[in-house]
Amino acid sequence: MSTKRLLEIDNLTTTFHIHVGQVQAVRGISLHVDQGEAVGIVGESGSGKSVSMLSLMRLLPDYARISADRILFEGQDLTHASVDQVRRLSGDRIGMVFQDPMTSLNPLMTIGRQMQETLRVHRKMSRADAARRVRELLGLVDIPDPDSRQKQYPHELSGGMRQRVMIGMAIASNPSLVIADEPTTALDVTIQAQILALLKGLMDKIGTSIILITHDLGVIAGMCSRVVVMYGGCIVEEGLSREIFYTPRHPYTWGLLRSVPRKEGDHAPLIPIQGTPPDLINPPPGCPFEPRCPHAMRICRTAMPGVTRLSDTHRLRCYLMDEGAPRVAWEGGRA
Amino acid sequence: MTAQPLIRADRVSMQFTVGSSITRARRRVLTAVDQVSLDIHRGETFGLVGESGCGKTTLGRLLVRLYRPTSGTILYDGQDITSLTPQQMMPLRRKMQMIFQDPYASLDPRMTVSTIIAEPLRRTDMDRARVDARVRELLTLVGLDENHARRYPHEFSGGQRQRIGIARALAAGPEFIVCDEPISALDVSIQAQVVNMLEELQQRLGFTYLFVSHDLSMVRHISHRVGVMYLGHMVEMAPVDELFTHMAHPYTQALMSAVPIADPDASAASQRIILQGDVPNPMAPPSGCPFRTRCPVVMPVCADQKPALLDIGGGHWVACHRVGT
Repeated sequence: MSTKRLLEIDNLTTTFHIHVGQVQAVRGISLHVDQGEAVGIVGESGSGKSVSMLSLMRLLPDYARISADRILFEGQDLTHASVDQVRRLSGDRIGMVFQDPMTSLNPLMTIGRQMQETLRVHRKMSRADAARRVRELLGLVDIPDPDSRQKQYPHELSGGMRQRVMIGMAIASNPSLVIADEPTTALDVTIQAQILALLKGLMDKIGTSIILITHDLGVIAGMCSRVVVMYGGCIVEEGLSREIFYTPRHPYTWGLLRSVPRKEGDHAPLIPIQGTPPDLINPPPGCPFEPRCPHAMRICRTAMPGVTRLSDTHRLRCYLMDEGAPRVAWEGGRA
Repeated sequence: MTAQPLIRADRVSMQFTVGSSITRARRRVLTAVDQVSLDIHRGETFGLVGESGCGKTTLGRLLVRLYRPTSGTILYDGQDITSLTPQQMMPLRRKMQMIFQDPYASLDPRMTVSTIIAEPLRRTDMDRARVDARVRELLTLVGLDENHARRYPHEFSGGQRQRIGIARALAAGPEFIVCDEPISALDVSIQAQVVNMLEELQQRLGFTYLFVSHDLSMVRHISHRVGVMYLGHMVEMAPVDELFTHMAHPYTQALMSAVPIADPDASAASQRIILQGDVPNPMAPPSGCPFRTRCPVVMPVCADQKPALLDIGGGHWVACHRVGT
């Protein structure tokens, strides 16, 4: 695998200014994606995983303020680029796949026409070229009988087929990065398996990198080589999949791994994370996970812990990493 | 288990008429549940799994007689409730309750929490003070604060709302609770809280659950017995450990293998069976076995004959021509 850097985000912050105050949805995250890599971003609703990617694409409403020290994509500096510039570039080089294909597709247009339209507007293709490319794309996403399928409207397709169409549109211009935001959450497991296999196959076929946003650790384990764990707008831990699944060090990651039953099927009580996620209008000054953390100390309430590097790839923010902090070990599963 | 089951469904079917009712020509019949039989014993959790549209929710609603089955019989504690009128059902209603999937849609936004929880108590002869005391007791039981009683649903998070829904289900002192996807709208860390609570309540109060879910790992965790449905049919049914270790139906095998495993090595090592295509249209189901259009081991006989659900020993039932012949 080449290690060419595709995307680099440095200290990204996104704040929504709404009538009751400022929602600090993303609080200074830094992450990168290399070419040909699949990176998973895992977190619960409101952890900032989707907003951070929408910020990158500048797909947020006007009342969202986005700032970053640096955003580099394919060597281009997007930090201070205008919305139009970013959208033009991203429309071409970054594809997006959302959770709900039904709301992302135009119900009044046939599949074929809306796919062609994108190509004709973005790529200035002729009608005939666009039609040819659409057939090719439908084949690439394994839609059987593309000629008759493209004459159908979105409601005539099943959820899995619609998601294939969305993926086809996302890869229409051979993007170097596909951001998939909960692409299989609305689908049944057997269909989820089909879509994940398709995404994996596309990485090999067209060499695209993938950022997979999900709440499902199982989906990440099967797809991604690297994992970023978000909580309360911050990245609390990141590392190679093996590091996150086998030697996690952050209590929130422990909590996530323990709150799902293991495949072997034991009937011991699950260990839930107590409490509820933080209010991002007035986030606590300290570690966002402190109110729910079973190992919280006094210092955790005062300020955000700094980044501890455990390896070239494994990093986390937790005061338990400090010298003199109590030794708390991950038992590798439930007791 | 020789005791009389709390719930017994005998070849229960449910058909819905779909389409325009004026022009008869366009009216079509959708068989949501097709000849399903099952027993659920007291204190047991019966897990029901399957993909969307397989009829698992309809079956749950049939068992508490929210629907009247098109054919077949349903016994509750030995009593035939198949064709009871709503009035006749009334005394039984308090014994059977439901917990719904969407904690946002299932609570009336204009009612306070105490009104919501007290609703099932309205038809009882409890006086105001006793109802209030019962509401406070239920709130504590589901891990909420007594002071929450005067608040409205919008003031609560998804997990807390689900607790309110559970408190309402418990209010009338039920025996049998249908949990229809009770955790699928919740965040992972909250799901475990709710599942643990359901288990704890069962141990303390002896509830019988029908746990309907598409989350196989949670079903495996919480259930004693599990049934797998496909296109309105029960295709396999067995005690939980037997089902998960000796799954016999090709659909069950595909379904289990499709579940993502939160372990990179195990995930890489697992042999995935990826089914082709989608579930067929339930208004035009395939002839013979309902699964034959996607089955990786289909045989000619599968198109001609519908396989019967047969006991292959140890309470393990399978409907497949490949099994037991």
